[in-house]
Amino acid sequence: MTTTLIRPVSKAAPPITRKPANRVSRWQIYLPLGLYLLFTLVPFYWMVVFAFRPRGSNSLLPWPVTLENFEHVWTGMGFSVFFQNSLLVGVASLVSTTVIALAGGYALARYDFRGRQAFLIGMLCTQFIPGAMMLIPLFEIFRTLGLVNSLWALVIAETVFQLPLSLILISGFVKNIPIELEQAAWVDGCSRLRGFFAVVLPMLRPALVAVGSFAFIHSWNNFLFALMFVNEQDKFTLPVGLAFTIGEFSADFGALAAGGVVAAVPVVLVFAVIQRYLVQGLSAGAVKG
Amino acid sequence: MRVARSPRTPYVLIAPAVVAMLGFLVYPMGSVIYYSLQHYDVTQPWDNGFAGLENFRVLLFEDPLFWQSLGFSVKWVVVEVVLQLLFGLALALIVNETFIGRAVSRALVFSPWAVSGVLTTGIWILLYNPSTGFFRYLADIGIGSYDTAPLADPSTVFAAAVVAELWRGVPFFAILLLADLQTVSGELYEAASVDGASRIRRFIHITLPHLKDAIILSTLLRAVWEFNNVDLLYTLTGGGPAHQTTTLPLYVAAKAVQSHDFGYGSALTTAAFLVLTFFSIAYLRLSKFGARS
Repeated sequence: MTTTLIRPVSKAAPPITRKPANRVSRWQIYLPLGLYLLFTLVPFYWMVVFAFRPRGSNSLLPWPVTLENFEHVWTGMGFSVFFQNSLLVGVASLVSTTVIALAGGYALARYDFRGRQAFLIGMLCTQFIPGAMMLIPLFEIFRTLGLVNSLWALVIAETVFQLPLSLILISGFVKNIPIELEQAAWVDGCSRLRGFFAVVLPMLRPALVAVGSFAFIHSWNNFLFALMFVNEQDKFTLPVGLAFTIGEFSADFGALAAGGVVAAVPVVLVFAVIQRYLVQGLSAGAVKG
Repeated sequence: MRVARSPRTPYVLIAPAVVAMLGFLVYPMGSVIYYSLQHYDVTQPWDNGFAGLENFRVLLFEDPLFWQSLGFSVKWVVVEVVLQLLFGLALALIVNETFIGRAVSRALVFSPWAVSGVLTTGIWILLYNPSTGFFRYLADIGIGSYDTAPLADPSTVFAAAVVAELWRGVPFFAILLLADLQTVSGELYEAASVDGASRIRRFIHITLPHLKDAIILSTLLRAVWEFNNVDLLYTLTGGGPAHQTTTLPLYVAAKAVQSHDFGYGSALTTAAFLVLTFFSIAYLRLSKFGARS
């Protein structure tokens, strides 16, 4: 490779040729970053202040801290039920998306079969199908299946919309794992399935984290499907519950903010944990997608 | 290298994905096209039946809201995608540098990506409201006036919605472009430094060409997503005031959720799908996606 030719030169060169002007100075990073952080964090802060400060307060500090808004939305407005529903839909979508995409993505990466190319093109096309426009036909299908007002309708719709991207990500990632590693396992007497679990699966962790968290966050956040397919209040998910709070917003800003915190905390926590893997998973999957 | 020992295995593995997508994506898409040729109104079942191109005739010639919402969709998508790309690219370049606090900064600036459209609305309603919002506290210290209400004023509602969506949308580009930035070989930069290339020249000649395909793909995905996304506008402005912020999918959603005129809603859907597909193909062709420069 040509890199071996370049390496000795480039190793010696930087100390001599790199001028100070070529380096980024601290303020060139911290100033724009600080400004952008303000834009990102002030809105979050606003929500937290309104959620935790007492009613009628005008302070911009959430002090004295009170949980009365949370008690009100959690028990009085049914957010405990919305929370459970969202959690159920999120976890079920995560599991079904990951399992189906894992099987399909492995097949796409490791086998050359008839219809593979057609499937890949079809999958790309589905990226242009808009969720809002599937409301009417999906509603009809779920009505036929008796799934209107069932949380499973949401799980199915979420999974299907997450599948194309998940399949692309996982198959790109499997391709990056040398087949020789698997072959070595087969030589040692592993079946293809055992080889997969022993060799491939552990190396797929970043991809699985990316796909799983995408699926969870998207279904946790989905509004339109939940609004359309579910009409009974005890089946509402958090975004629908929150939208109804917004509808009555002139009345109760504290409740709106507290409901927002309830909806935000799980996804923001999940996201904080996985965002490192997300960038890794995407950069590895993107290369040979 | 692919090893095909049992010819049936790949089909078994991919079957669940195929079945799910055929049943809940391809079939519904086909049925939308079918319904678009029908009179189909849940509230007026006596009129249901084959309509031919009647729905499309009404849509093209008798429905000013179709053209208005299509026009607003274009404006919304262009403004959002361009601004999100510029801010997202700048942000990705910044957090790709090495500095103290990088990991925390990344997690914080990316975090709005995980927030839903409805929640974004909730937060920005608090910020924009004249009695609870940002502008009221500015007025307290003598900047601006107490009756600044960005969402109620027809002259500022567009900008207000754009800013709220930017807040949530910029991290998408920042994450994707950062992922791609990390695959640039450091040796290229070193070689360019040796040749005496400035930072700006290195950005133009190494970074941008490397990012080209990622930028094309992410802008396209985002354009499609922004075109289709209704959560924020549906809850933030409801498409108002006076349909000023109604996108085409928002119009479709309103038809589906509120008026139950499924036939005409399907015609709108089909029209939007055609616009989107045509745009996507043209964009990929014109931008020479995947071409090596």
